[in-house]
Amino acid sequence: MEKFLIHSGVAAPLLRVNIDTDAIIPSREMKLVSKKGLGEGLFAGWRYTEAGGRTPNPGFVLNQPGYKGATILLSGRNFGCGSSREHAVWALAEYGIRAIIAPSFGVIFQGNCERNGILPIVLPETVVQSLATQVAADPQSQRLTIDLQQQSVIDPQGTAHAFDIAPSSRQMLLEGLDQIGLTLNRLDRIEAFERDFRERRPWLFATNP
Amino acid sequence: MATTLFEKLWLEHEVEQLDDGDSLIYIDRVFLHERTGSVALESLSSEGRKVRAPERVFCSMDHIVDTLPGRGDETMVPAGTAFIQSTRQASRQAGIRLFDVNDADQGIVHVISPELGIVQPGCTLVCPDSHTCSQGALGALAWGIGSSQAEHAMATSTLVVKKPRTMRVTFRGELSPTVTAKDLILHLIARYTTAGGSGYAIEFAGEVVEGLDVEARLTLCNMAVEFSAFTAVIAPDQKVIDYLRGREYAPAGADWGRAEAFWRTLHSDPGAHFDREIEVDCGELAPCVSWGTSPQQACAITGAVPEIDPGLSETDRASQQRAYDYMGIAPGQDLRTLAIDAAFIGSCTNSRISDLRRAADVLRGRKVAPGVRAICVPGSQRVKREAEAEGLDKVFTEAGFEWREPGCSMCFFAGGESFGFRQRIATSTNRNFEGRQGPEARSHLASPATVAASAVAGHLADPRDYL
Ligand code: SF4
Repeated sequence: MEKFLIHSGVAAPLLRVNIDTDAIIPSREMKLVSKKGLGEGLFAGWRYTEAGGRTPNPGFVLNQPGYKGATILLSGRNFGCGSSREHAVWALAEYGIRAIIAPSFGVIFQGNCERNGILPIVLPETVVQSLATQVAADPQSQRLTIDLQQQSVIDPQGTAHAFDIAPSSRQMLLEGLDQIGLTLNRLDRIEAFERDFRERRPWLFATNP
Repeated sequence: MATTLFEKLWLEHEVEQLDDGDSLIYIDRVFLHERTGSVALESLSSEGRKVRAPERVFCSMDHIVDTLPGRGDETMVPAGTAFIQSTRQASRQAGIRLFDVNDADQGIVHVISPELGIVQPGCTLVCPDSHTCSQGALGALAWGIGSSQAEHAMATSTLVVKKPRTMRVTFRGELSPTVTAKDLILHLIARYTTAGGSGYAIEFAGEVVEGLDVEARLTLCNMAVEFSAFTAVIAPDQKVIDYLRGREYAPAGADWGRAEAFWRTLHSDPGAHFDREIEVDCGELAPCVSWGTSPQQACAITGAVPEIDPGLSETDRASQQRAYDYMGIAPGQDLRTLAIDAAFIGSCTNSRISDLRRAADVLRGRKVAPGVRAICVPGSQRVKREAEAEGLDKVFTEAGFEWREPGCSMCFFAGGESFGFRQRIATSTNRNFEGRQGPEARSHLASPATVAASAVAGHLADPRDYL
């Protein structure tokens, strides 16, 4: 997993509320039994002129020249709600998105982001709105800088906006760690728990009929 | 100390507390499905990792399988067959129990898990599907996860989880017999918004919940995710115990007595503290239906499309205007004037035998209005068999409904079969997002009885006029 330390990039505003995972990656775009090959389907329903097509819809923000190469998304409340499909995050990552700034996130989606090297940042709606206004003036030059170590977003005018993140998520992103490997280091502890738990609740361990 | 049900379930499974407020939680059961399961299994094995306890991992083919009679591995979902076949192969390799396409126990994960007694009070169960919260209805701690977490759960029998806060939602009063669990949950979300449960594990309680049967409780908990909750639980009672007795994976022999004694301890103690409490008075509730593109955009079937509240933020007002435009409706419009093109009864929310019975009560001796395409998809093979044994399939087909094979079907549009462009659908499902059921499809969430009544009327209709 790619580490996240400091990132500067073009930020694209998509200021709708409740953007669900099906809007991020429509189910019809999940064509391969794989985590790869999903970037093209990102926001397909909005990004292209027709379902399944590949003609760019000029009205969609990521197709506008100013927002070319965007690596940060600004969004409305509850971004990533809906289906738990991790494909939404894999699609964002493959497209090149490194961070999403929104007033709130779908809870499963937020965790999925952190496990895939994308930083979900919660900032108040008014701040997100003001970031969007600032970058809109000239998105290519008015970039945002995100410093995960310092937990702050620095806007084009140089103002820093502090954000919260769970220490474990922060560590995972900073170091690009694989959580399974970390947990497997605790296997002794898990096995000890399991022995005792099996004694107490044997029926949960009964084998299949 | 007085403890909530959620805390009991949490402490029961807490292997250890990690440094920063996270806990390592022991996972008793993992359920997979073919849309994401094969990716998780393959990714696990490509990293040289094993499924630690395959006997406690299950998989169903439900999401993209065809639901037309006579189906096989072929499906209308683009590349869907590859997902089905690779899931079969990966399940076999991992040694997990697969409920394959035409297995006698196949069905939607959240329908078959309770039905087979795989989910039980006091267990933890996770599945890479957001509606896993449904299964909290039996007093389990069950929640939806992403694929990476499914890999984590399979490789380690644990998950790293941040402890949510607790909320109790108490439904009080007397529910009219024509108002169902679906109406309750739509009403709750409309009243407290889709963000209302964010950050909470919710316990549904109160005399109304106690009065619901186990299947209706599954419907109630199903949409906890639309309320943004971590999950929902309901204290298991005699109904749950009776429901589970004798089911295939339920405790048997001497285990049963021990399990039952334990299950009876699973309730919030009197005086237990919740971080938030909500009370909903159900006495006046009417059947509910959604009018917009978010489950919170819902109101009584006898109501009208609401105006935009001028107090809303700019983003919210724009979103509501967008919902009107998308749905092709105007504020002030009487919902019962909206003509429908289709009616759908199915999904993990409302495809159990009691749901089909309620819809059949409306349909018996009636016909679907001309021009309306009506589809019924039982949630599992068992539900289908039971319905056919009662003759419900005849009631549906004689009224003009298609009678399908079990699966998620047109609950969501995966690029294969769907409702037509901009068609208006009365649907017993849980999500009315843009494009959820087809290109620009306009979905109105409602109970099976309301969907059946609307199918007959040809427009959104009040089921009370048909019962
Ligand atoms: S029925 Fe619909 S909501 Fe339920 S699991 Fe299937 S696709 Fe998801």
